[in-house]
Amino acid sequence: MTTHIHETTSYDADEFGWFGGEAEGFGGRFMPEALMKALIELDDAWQKAKADPAFVAEFDAILRDYANLPSPLYHATRLSEQLGLRVLLKREDLNHTGAHKIRNVLGQALLTKRMGKTRVIAETGAGQHGVASATAAAYFGLDCTVYMGKVDTDRQALNVARMRLLGAEVVPVPSGSGTLKDAINEALRDWVATVDHTAYLFGTAAGPHPFPTLVRDIVRGIGDEARAQSIEQFGGLPNAVVAAVGGGSNAIGLFTAFLDDEDVEIHGFEAGGDGFETGRHAATIQANDPGVLHGARTYVLQDEDGQTIESHSISAGLDYPGVGPQHAWLAKSGRASYTSITDKEAMDAFALLSRSEGIIPAIESAHAIAGAIKIAPQIKERHGEGATILINLSGRGDKDMGTAIDYFGLGDAK
Amino acid sequence: MSTSVAFEKAKAENRAALVGYLPAGFPTVDGSIEALTTMVEAGCDIIEIGLPYSDPVMDGPTIQDAVQQALDGGVRVDDVFRVVEAVAATGVPTLVMTSWNPIERRGVDRFAQQLLDAGGAGLITPDITPDFAPEWIEAADARDLDKVFLVAPSSTDERIAMTTAECRGFVYATAVMGVTGARAKTSDLAAPLVARTKQLSPSGTDLPVGVGLGVSNGAQAAEMAAYADGVIVGSAFVRTLLDNRADEQAALKALASLTEDLAAGVRAR
Repeated sequence: MTTHIHETTSYDADEFGWFGGEAEGFGGRFMPEALMKALIELDDAWQKAKADPAFVAEFDAILRDYANLPSPLYHATRLSEQLGLRVLLKREDLNHTGAHKIRNVLGQALLTKRMGKTRVIAETGAGQHGVASATAAAYFGLDCTVYMGKVDTDRQALNVARMRLLGAEVVPVPSGSGTLKDAINEALRDWVATVDHTAYLFGTAAGPHPFPTLVRDIVRGIGDEARAQSIEQFGGLPNAVVAAVGGGSNAIGLFTAFLDDEDVEIHGFEAGGDGFETGRHAATIQANDPGVLHGARTYVLQDEDGQTIESHSISAGLDYPGVGPQHAWLAKSGRASYTSITDKEAMDAFALLSRSEGIIPAIESAHAIAGAIKIAPQIKERHGEGATILINLSGRGDKDMGTAIDYFGLGDAK
Repeated sequence: MSTSVAFEKAKAENRAALVGYLPAGFPTVDGSIEALTTMVEAGCDIIEIGLPYSDPVMDGPTIQDAVQQALDGGVRVDDVFRVVEAVAATGVPTLVMTSWNPIERRGVDRFAQQLLDAGGAGLITPDITPDFAPEWIEAADARDLDKVFLVAPSSTDERIAMTTAECRGFVYATAVMGVTGARAKTSDLAAPLVARTKQLSPSGTDLPVGVGLGVSNGAQAAEMAAYADGVIVGSAFVRTLLDNRADEQAALKALASLTEDLAAGVRAR
């Protein structure tokens, strides 16, 4: 058994979805009444499913036989040498479809089957969650509709083609800024009208309760595996765990297993875009402005009227003006620390990992690598020369080659 | 002035109340005041003013279009209060319909006070339910502002009872499972929802039930007026303005004639 989906931590939400309580905390369920019954049913169904050993065993078997899990924990020796401490990479890039996201959709789709629903919908930014959702829908024989901002369908034609090949209907969303947040709005509008037979496969550990908890439980296998692997292969826990944070699913997936290991430092890295001080970024936690977006109270990029401000990042997967409410609480409670990585720092790390380890990471994951490089001196200072840092390599970089070609001028004929 | 005044008047005249919606700042701030005033003069009993928000969940394509135009035109929350003040001055109860975040951002208490100062009757809150709105409930109760929450065909009996217990003014019944937008046929989910809502409302309060989502003409309004206390129309008004955007006078004339058709409808129950 690789996942511990039924386990709890001291940082879980209460029954209303509040992380850290209603008064001071984050989360909740800020949604139209039309969806309340569905959200309550989803919560009940999940509580029952995760307590059912048959469900857990089936999920484990699918992850093992279909998604190629558990993913390896790899000692990146050349990067370790360069940083002067031991660097362990949780190789989620080796999963089926190339990222941690396959865990989330397989878990939610298995739950959909159990609930007797026949159709799934999903939102997607760059297309990764859309492709994963289409994959899971094909695996389980479910109808699938994916909402994707018009701007994104135009710039991510390859993923649109993948989804269509997998049998999903892709609906371009022209409203608003034509990006991820608008795709979420449109998916919610679909769901309001189709909730009796349709499940919404939410792409990250955000949104209204129970999604932040449900998605976290499903993806926590990343950390559960990494924790066990670290003990078994390297004789103990790492000194720090590190992940990139957009909506926050890969990060919460890694962090959860370590939340109650008080000696393990937890570091999340948001997308700093052109630099936090320029205002062109997606560093929602760093901006420190609480609000309600897509059903949860959390940190939100917003103006003084509460209108959402567009986020900016070279990484489409981190380009979101909100963040999962549990991260907001982990930041506020001090359990985890969050800072930002600029586009340039991320792309430098993208090139560095490619050359020193032969691993081309997703640009999202490159933010985590860059973060680890940044904090390595402090980690060494606090924990000594033998310190270990464990990074979630959440996905592979094939999808980002277009961006890399433009950024590094790799396509130039010289 | 609470919307209950308008519902009592309509009831005394043995008809339903007509509730009309437009977003503030559409087509412009002054333009929205003029349009809403026209709707009042032509027979709307209650006005809902939409607060344009960047990420609305319950709005269909027509209202999204209008809201985006208003945002592109630079409408601010303070402009919304200006529109409220102008419309409330006509003497009809005037509500603001808004997504939650703009209220939270301004501060719930401050928002409630500004709404009261502008002469607003209260709020319709489509993306928050009473169980997550204790701050708003407290701020509204302290000022006797209307709290209009929504019930839906999917609502359980328990949730309808909980919701109606927290409403003041009226309760908004969404006639279809779906977002806003004019529809060719009225929903067969509306009548049973209204009946269920009336039955589950706290006894003795006689909370009016307004029905919205999908109404676009007098005949549909008449159908709904047969069982509802109020008929709520939004997208059809917005559509009328969008269709006549080139000619302001024609737009106002079309708006007035749509209002008259709907007003006749709520009297033909």
